[in-house]
Amino acid sequence: MNKIIITTSICLTLIISLSSCQQDKKLPFYGERHAETVRDAAGIEKIDTVYQTIPNWSFLNQDSVVTTNKLTDGKVYIADFFFTSCTTICPTMHRNLLTVYNDFQNNPDVMFVSHTIDFKYDKPSALKKYAKKLGVEGPRWTFLYGSKDSIYTIAEKSYLVAVGEDNKAKDGYIHQGYLVLVDKDRHIRGAYDGTKVEQVDQLKKDISILLAEKK
Amino acid sequence: MRKYLISSVFLLAITSIIYSCQSQEKMDLQNYIASGRDIYIAKCQNCHGEKGEGLGELAPPLTDSLFIKANKSRLACFVKNGVNEPLVVHGKEYKEKMPAFPELTNIEVAQVLVFITNSFGNKEGFYSYDQVSADLIDCRK
Repeated sequence: MNKIIITTSICLTLIISLSSCQQDKKLPFYGERHAETVRDAAGIEKIDTVYQTIPNWSFLNQDSVVTTNKLTDGKVYIADFFFTSCTTICPTMHRNLLTVYNDFQNNPDVMFVSHTIDFKYDKPSALKKYAKKLGVEGPRWTFLYGSKDSIYTIAEKSYLVAVGEDNKAKDGYIHQGYLVLVDKDRHIRGAYDGTKVEQVDQLKKDISILLAEKK
Repeated sequence: MRKYLISSVFLLAITSIIYSCQSQEKMDLQNYIASGRDIYIAKCQNCHGEKGEGLGELAPPLTDSLFIKANKSRLACFVKNGVNEPLVVHGKEYKEKMPAFPELTNIEVAQVLVFITNSFGNKEGFYSYDQVSADLIDCRK
């Protein structure tokens, strides 16, 4: 009799712990973090973790309209860095990103933000032409143009993607092909190599996990 | 009896020579396709895709067999010198520039073209590197 009780309780514990695991499925937070003392609604002091946050930004979009972080605030978005005349990794990145874009086409809470790092040539009109030729129209995928300083700073300091000019590189620039997953509170929750199909598939799964996280 | 034996050996020799010739050509084709596939993955696949499907209006697909057939002698120039003119593929116009690949040797150009022109639904057969040299001379016409 004792044996039966023990086995049942072990089984129960296992089942409970397994099911709680599933509920807890959460994505990690990337970047630096620090502890901060905050007051909650009742005025009691608490220690809270503050994660790396994408700062306010303001760039021109492909229609030459000033676009700010208001576009993506409260939404999940995928950010990347590219340039239109890039013949190395960008076409593969955007071919793969296009499959993500199509998979979530009925979800307005998933947005795409591509920044050009070619501040000389990729003016908004060039971005507009590129977007059209890629087959992207509408506000869900935005292509952003900014000064060299502003784009390179936000890439390296905020999105943690290395970019740079390089006269020796075939197209004049070097950059990493990361697709950066950002949550509704502007925290980085994932980074995926946009040139690898497996990692892009993982991105699709992680977007769904992020969307399912408690609001 | 002796005569019969000699002639049959002779016949056998001839057949085997012909047969080995054919398989030599076939082997060349297979070798070029194998090497060409690696070059394709390294240099072309970014834009033209794993299945030669192209990328939107940015890069044309490589699946238009009629285009391939009609422009066969210009393909080496496209690869080596790039493309800076509009091309009509599958009835659609593509205006983006294609970069040049001057770093590829003539034999590499031949290999990648044999791969492309015998994949994605194309079936153009063998293309030797001598022919690449000949076609490259005629580029600027």
